Amino acid sequence: MSAEVETEMEGTDEARAHTMTSGEDPAPVPEDSAEALAAVPESAAAPVLSVRDLFVTFRARHGRGRARAVDGVDLDIAPGEIVALVGESGCGKSTLARALTGLVVPTAGRVLHNGAPVSYKSRALKAYRRGVQLVLQDPAGALNPRRTVYEAVAEGLRIHGKSALGAFPDEKAKVADALSRAGLRPPERFFGLHPHQLSGGQRQRVVIAGALVLDPQVLVADEPVASLDASVRGEILKLMLDLRAGAGLSALVVTHDLGLAWNIADRVAVMYLGRIVETGTVEEVLTAPRHPYTRALLSVVAESGEEPVILTGETPDSAAIPTGCRFHPRCPLVASGEAERLGVAQQCRSVDPKPLPSAGRHAACHAAALLNAPPPPQPKEPDETPPQA
Amino acid sequence: MTETDHSGAVESEAALTEAVPAEAPPTDVTPAEAAPADARPAEAPPTDVLRLENLHVSYQTAAGPVPAVRGVGLALPAGGRLGLAGESGCGKSTLAAAILRLLPKSARVEGSILLGGEDVQAMSWGRLRAVRWAEASIVFQGAMHSLNPVRRVGDQIAEPILLHDKKVGRAAADRRVATLLDQVGLVAARASAYPHELSGGQRQRVMIAMALACEPRLIVADEPTTALDVMIQAQILRLIGELVAEHGISLLMISHDLAVLAEHCDRLAVMYAGRIVEQGPAGRVFADARHPYGRALADAFPRIGDAASRRGPRGLPGDPPDPARLPQGCTFAPRCPIAADECRTAEPPLVAAGDGRTAACVRMDVLREAS
Repeated sequence: MSAEVETEMEGTDEARAHTMTSGEDPAPVPEDSAEALAAVPESAAAPVLSVRDLFVTFRARHGRGRARAVDGVDLDIAPGEIVALVGESGCGKSTLARALTGLVVPTAGRVLHNGAPVSYKSRALKAYRRGVQLVLQDPAGALNPRRTVYEAVAEGLRIHGKSALGAFPDEKAKVADALSRAGLRPPERFFGLHPHQLSGGQRQRVVIAGALVLDPQVLVADEPVASLDASVRGEILKLMLDLRAGAGLSALVVTHDLGLAWNIADRVAVMYLGRIVETGTVEEVLTAPRHPYTRALLSVVAESGEEPVILTGETPDSAAIPTGCRFHPRCPLVASGEAERLGVAQQCRSVDPKPLPSAGRHAACHAAALLNAPPPPQPKEPDETPPQA
Repeated sequence: MTETDHSGAVESEAALTEAVPAEAPPTDVTPAEAAPADARPAEAPPTDVLRLENLHVSYQTAAGPVPAVRGVGLALPAGGRLGLAGESGCGKSTLAAAILRLLPKSARVEGSILLGGEDVQAMSWGRLRAVRWAEASIVFQGAMHSLNPVRRVGDQIAEPILLHDKKVGRAAADRRVATLLDQVGLVAARASAYPHELSGGQRQRVMIAMALACEPRLIVADEPTTALDVMIQAQILRLIGELVAEHGISLLMISHDLAVLAEHCDRLAVMYAGRIVEQGPAGRVFADARHPYGRALADAFPRIGDAASRRGPRGLPGDPPDPARLPQGCTFAPRCPIAADECRTAEPPLVAAGDGRTAACVRMDVLREAS
């Protein structure tokens, strides 16, 4: 239960004191090294939003124990950067997104906004949420069917205004501006419409306008195009790129769609069972994946041109995260004996790869370190892992 | 995978091209239209598992009839796999439901739907009940809502078996359920589970087991993997592919994802605003569509590694048209990047477009030059 989680976290903190060794990328990546450097927080672009050692646990749905939805995550979003958080349902990506928008209080770890820890006192939190806006999936469900477009977009202004109504004297102008930035032009034409009078793409634009009206620094978009038609998808993704180009907006896009990451993101973090298992620039991760989970995900994308590696079974319950590498029960490298040949099978079963640092190119895989790194890897020091009951 | 044509592809191609002119030419007959019509009597295979001829479906509403399917001709030979691509509101799900007469009362159907040569519209209720599940079954999208939440899934799979063969006893049906669950990759013990105890992927497997229960000749899979995770989607699609091949079942798969269809079907038909706008061998339609809408769908999901789509999402301006207020002329013209004045006068007919394909675009030459 929670005590167990705490032990786990102490272990992680300790682990963090050492630097990552084996998962690190010793190989130079020619094309994108400049870009990768730019993403390093110490450089000019200090992250606008970051999480450190983040844990979010819930009471498990059935029976005893705790579900570790987010299980030790570091992540940075630089100004003007679009980061794709990729994973399957149940991997904790939506919980992480909610923690980033202050909708879930982390069990442990910190969320930093412009370098300062986010306070969960109500006034400070409200101010924080103003700058970091959540864009929900399924615009049909996110909009109140009885409210007009104008009211839906103005709601944020009213909530964040000082008094209940009309706190922003230029409310109408702000709503019009947000709508037109979201691509609904001329905005006045949409003021009086209700959601049912709009198409799916237009509804999603209204949801985005509702987020833009408060001039946020960061958009956290949870599956922004999953419920949209294929031909409309591209237009909404273009809008996100335009917003970045125009207003320097940063975004964390939560998705299961690797093509979306290829279309708009600068960096990718692949999440599996509460942990980020691979991270790097889009080019690095999507064209030269290192973690077997990322490889499998990429191989099943239609027309990938690869023999699909279809993992059997489903993502395990986050209340029963496997010991050792959390991916090992489904890992093709373990199943094929490749891990054995590399001499890491024992580690895969017993040693939990450390959480990945937020910057640079990493894969949380014992075997990947050996498979991908041309120079001989430094010996791995096994960290003690709390065995699962 | 897409390149390897199914064994029956040659016949199917002929059959499909031949079925095309079922779409009534709206105005005068041009030589281009006449071309496929000439091919018509060349072969008339009665073996098609499914054959739609000039199918029209409209819904009666307070504001008058709203057309959902507007003159569709399709043919699916035995063992063939046909992908039907289109977006919400294009009429693809209406078409699927029409095949087994599952449409609501407000729907009006014209044209013919032949299942194994038999007219579905003319079937008696008894015959229709026999045909459903046993001749053709449908795997709907959203298994969540298609299963009865208060009945064990084993009982639900057994139901069509018991209904269709009175000689089958409960014990035999249970054995068959166990075999079916095994075929779809679930342990037999899952028969006693309720739908809520299963994951989304497992529920979809149960739906597929049900669809297979009476050994139909045709399975219609309407967005079978929408709302499933990528890995589960891959599992389900592989499962469908294997079962269809193993049992020689014909497959009509409906999706908005052209790439998925191209990978799992021999032929593709692209639907827009109630009509087929392009049809042909899957690989060719996907790689080099002749209709601008088909091309837009193919481009909607990028190929990872393709430099052109990196930071360059491609979509279409606007939205699919409201079926109650279809634009004049080509219904795609308002969103079409290559539309010209000629597109706004009459709805273009489906005409031969080379490589065993047909497309309903008067400017397909412009499209080919542009690419």
